[in-house]
Amino acid sequence: MPAEQASPVFIARGLTKVYRMGEVEVQALRGIDLTLYRGELVVLLGPSGSGKSTLLNILGGLDAPSGGEVYYLDHKLTGASEADLTRFRREHVGFVFQFYNLIPSLTARENVAAVTEIAESPMRPEDALALVGLGSRLDHFPAQLSGGEQQRVAIARAVAKNPAVLLCDEPTGALDSATGVVVLEVLEKVNRELGTLTVLITHNAGIADMADRVIRLSDGHIADIRSNAVKKSAHELSW
Amino acid sequence: MRALDLKLFRDLWHMRGQVLAIAAVIMGGVATMVMSLSTYDSLTTTRDRFYGEYRFAEVFAGLKRAPEPVAERLAAIPGVEVLETRVKAGVKLEVEGFSDPITGLILSLPDTGEAQLNRVHLKRGRNVQPWSADEVVLSDTFADAHRFQPGDRLAAIIHGKKKTLTVVGVAVSPEYVYQIAPGSMFPDFKRYGVLWMGRSALAAAYDMEGAFNDVSLTLARDAREQDVIDRVDAVLAAYGGTGAYGREDQFSNRFLSEELKQLQTMATVFPAIFLGVAAFLLNIVLSRLIALQRDQIAILKAFGYSYFAIGSHYVKLVLLMAVLGVAAGLALGAWFGQGLAHVYTETTFRFPYLDYQLRPVVALIALAVAAFAAVSGTLVSVMRAVRLPPAEGMRPEMPVAYRTSLVERLGLARWLAAPSRMVLRHIGRHPLKSLLTVLGIACACGLMMVGNYQKGAIDFMVDVQFRQASREDLGLAFIEPTSGRALHELAALPGVDHVEGFRDVPAILRFGQYRHRAAIFGIQPEGQLHRSLDSALQPVAVPPGGVVLTDHLANEILHVKPGDLLTVEVLEGSRPVLQVPVLGITKQYLGVSAYMQQDSLNELMREGNTVSGAYLAVQPGTEARLYADLHERPRVLGMVANKSAIQSFYATIGEFILFYNLVATLLAGAIGFGVVYNSARIALSERGRELASLRVLGFTRGEIAYILLGELALLTLAAIPVGFVVGVALVGILVVAFQSELYRLPLLLTPENYAMGAAVVIVSALLSGLLLWHRLGRLDLVAVLKTRE
Repeated sequence: MPAEQASPVFIARGLTKVYRMGEVEVQALRGIDLTLYRGELVVLLGPSGSGKSTLLNILGGLDAPSGGEVYYLDHKLTGASEADLTRFRREHVGFVFQFYNLIPSLTARENVAAVTEIAESPMRPEDALALVGLGSRLDHFPAQLSGGEQQRVAIARAVAKNPAVLLCDEPTGALDSATGVVVLEVLEKVNRELGTLTVLITHNAGIADMADRVIRLSDGHIADIRSNAVKKSAHELSW
Repeated sequence: MRALDLKLFRDLWHMRGQVLAIAAVIMGGVATMVMSLSTYDSLTTTRDRFYGEYRFAEVFAGLKRAPEPVAERLAAIPGVEVLETRVKAGVKLEVEGFSDPITGLILSLPDTGEAQLNRVHLKRGRNVQPWSADEVVLSDTFADAHRFQPGDRLAAIIHGKKKTLTVVGVAVSPEYVYQIAPGSMFPDFKRYGVLWMGRSALAAAYDMEGAFNDVSLTLARDAREQDVIDRVDAVLAAYGGTGAYGREDQFSNRFLSEELKQLQTMATVFPAIFLGVAAFLLNIVLSRLIALQRDQIAILKAFGYSYFAIGSHYVKLVLLMAVLGVAAGLALGAWFGQGLAHVYTETTFRFPYLDYQLRPVVALIALAVAAFAAVSGTLVSVMRAVRLPPAEGMRPEMPVAYRTSLVERLGLARWLAAPSRMVLRHIGRHPLKSLLTVLGIACACGLMMVGNYQKGAIDFMVDVQFRQASREDLGLAFIEPTSGRALHELAALPGVDHVEGFRDVPAILRFGQYRHRAAIFGIQPEGQLHRSLDSALQPVAVPPGGVVLTDHLANEILHVKPGDLLTVEVLEGSRPVLQVPVLGITKQYLGVSAYMQQDSLNELMREGNTVSGAYLAVQPGTEARLYADLHERPRVLGMVANKSAIQSFYATIGEFILFYNLVATLLAGAIGFGVVYNSARIALSERGRELASLRVLGFTRGEIAYILLGELALLTLAAIPVGFVVGVALVGILVVAFQSELYRLPLLLTPENYAMGAAVVIVSALLSGLLLWHRLGRLDLVAVLKTRE
């Protein structure tokens, strides 16, 4: 239940995004107004092509909207330079990808360290890995870890810099259900213990039950926003 | 299959940068080969045609003087087809406004009708008119050097008498394709000229009326050359014959043959090295390129394409790149080849025309080598990719198992940040790939060293020859062997610092089945001007009582060693046949020689203190006066000034070699850049996703560039010392392959050679780095989130 007095992290107003693919224009976002608050766990739900990834990319500073404005706290992201966006990602955003995107030549600990070395006030990589339950696999290379473990390393890597926001694009998309639940439990724990605003993209409605708020996108619009009166914990989920 | 073909062209277009770089590598190899082989073929064809059309004789003989009726006895020798006698006169020439000594040779032309043999080809003007008294035709080299036009005049001192001559034409002759003054090391077109004059006019001036002193002939189809030579010698013995000889020993032809042999070696060794290296690089580059297409191959298989269809798709892809490179190489090589052949015929060898030849087989060889290298490199990768089950191929490749690098295990890890560790581990994880990249870059470095090696080597040879061995300022030859007392006269001339006499005796040297026609030089044992050098290039005195041979003559031509007895057939005077012990071997890079002490040689010839000429050290600034003094002396026939000989060498042979070097350097540069850029570009393809992920995580462009370019820099640096080793090895091959009678290259690499080798690699790496820097700025960060590869 996001209290109205909770502090906003992202404020988006009238976001539109048009992709030009050759001679065809694709309207990915058609006017999104949205505010995301500190500490909440938000699920962006929608079929493919609904614009949820575009929205996430814009929030994460990976893409620029065609129209409208986005604020992160008091920083205006729209119109920021490439260097500013890089610094924004570096200092405030943690990303988790569907395919983990770990650096194969670095161990679990070093994958996390790769990010903490360039962060301002990070956790110790060991602590971040302990948080995701991999305290005993610090010196394993990605090739020596299962898919679920690799994704948990990716989460540890994302949260180790103490980001204000954690953006996860289909984090369970490449995993079986049981492993996926373990990964979601980790995200839930991070959200609860660190109070990090966590935005999670999925097309799997079952996952929506663990969110504070569920934002359903359809065809570039916000179709509806639903607050879960009772959050389910991740281990209760299944699909 | 049409969709696949579309994919082919789109892929090529998409990879156009790399396609061009790969084509550049092939182009470099092919162009070198086409240039060298087509030049060789062109010159050989041109020579054969010229010799045939202008009736180049097959046997030649010189003599003192014989009455014309002797010619009939010579013509009657079995095996002689056509025989012609001539008058041949060594002269001194005077050209207005040019004070240096000029040596000349005047040959007679029949007073009426065309010569039977050794015909001249008129390039400008007309032939000498019948019975004319003062008309001459000039060799084109001499005419061009002094800008003579028909109608101009020059003076000649013939038999001690000055005669004014009128130029009526400019010509080339198969007998003098290569023109070099006797006793000279290099051609000097300004200071040596060949002239043709009417027989009666020349005979009158040279006191040869009703007589001849030169014979040339062609052989009947089944005649044995040696039999004819022996019989000609028997007839001419009574007339001061100096030994008949075949084309093999004819001066111009011998040099031309040696030079063509050199060129053939160059046309084999250089392209073999260039094309070999290019093929190797192509193989590496393409196998990595195809490995990147793993997922696409899996998808094609999933669609139901056969192994064969997929394999041939990729073979077509690389063949197109190869064909592009071969086509560019053929065009460039043909262009360079024509340029090179022209440089050849303008600087050194004079032909009336040039038949440019590019044999189709040369193009086919180039295509075959390039295609083989491309296809073999491709098939290995395609096979590996095709063997995977499609589902596995489409899944992201399993993360490669890495381990800590050696540097880290040595305990240096604490100083290395994650990016440095990534660089080290990536290299360590792919040792073969890293090694091949290093080897590829090293080859480019080595090629560059080979490409520009010859200039330093030539400077060194010239330095050894003229500052260590032949240190005289001026060498002069007397009209005939003269008493050693003549040297006192020379020493008294103003401007002469020091005089050393020498005796040279034309002879055939024999040992077992080996023979060589040369002069034996009698020099002063303690001479300061003309010295022989030991293997460490230190001057050594020639011992008395025997002969000292230069290394190439002893080891490669006559196969003798010190202590052996050499048979010397003297071709002068009473023509004695002598047994002379070989006493030692000396080092010489240019030409081949046999040396004795002058006293010992005089003794062998049963003569007193006799000299054929002298070496002079001259005070600077007094040359013009001295030349004029010497020119007045009737017994002084020819002079060679070393300084101008060196200058003319750099203007002729030097120019040709430098042209070749320039081209080889450019092509080595193209290959070098192709390799380095491809290595870097492929590394980016292989690791683009990893680097984009880091960008998403907040790494700056500089930080990910460090990871990618750091590896390239490390490999490039590692490749440079390896490249030096490759360069030295390639130059070693060249040195061995290029040994000839004309010169032996020293295995000598200058600091500039190393610097150039390193520079091409470093500059290529910097340029590639710059291009990659731009690409890193365009990495698609969004795609990384969604796509798995």
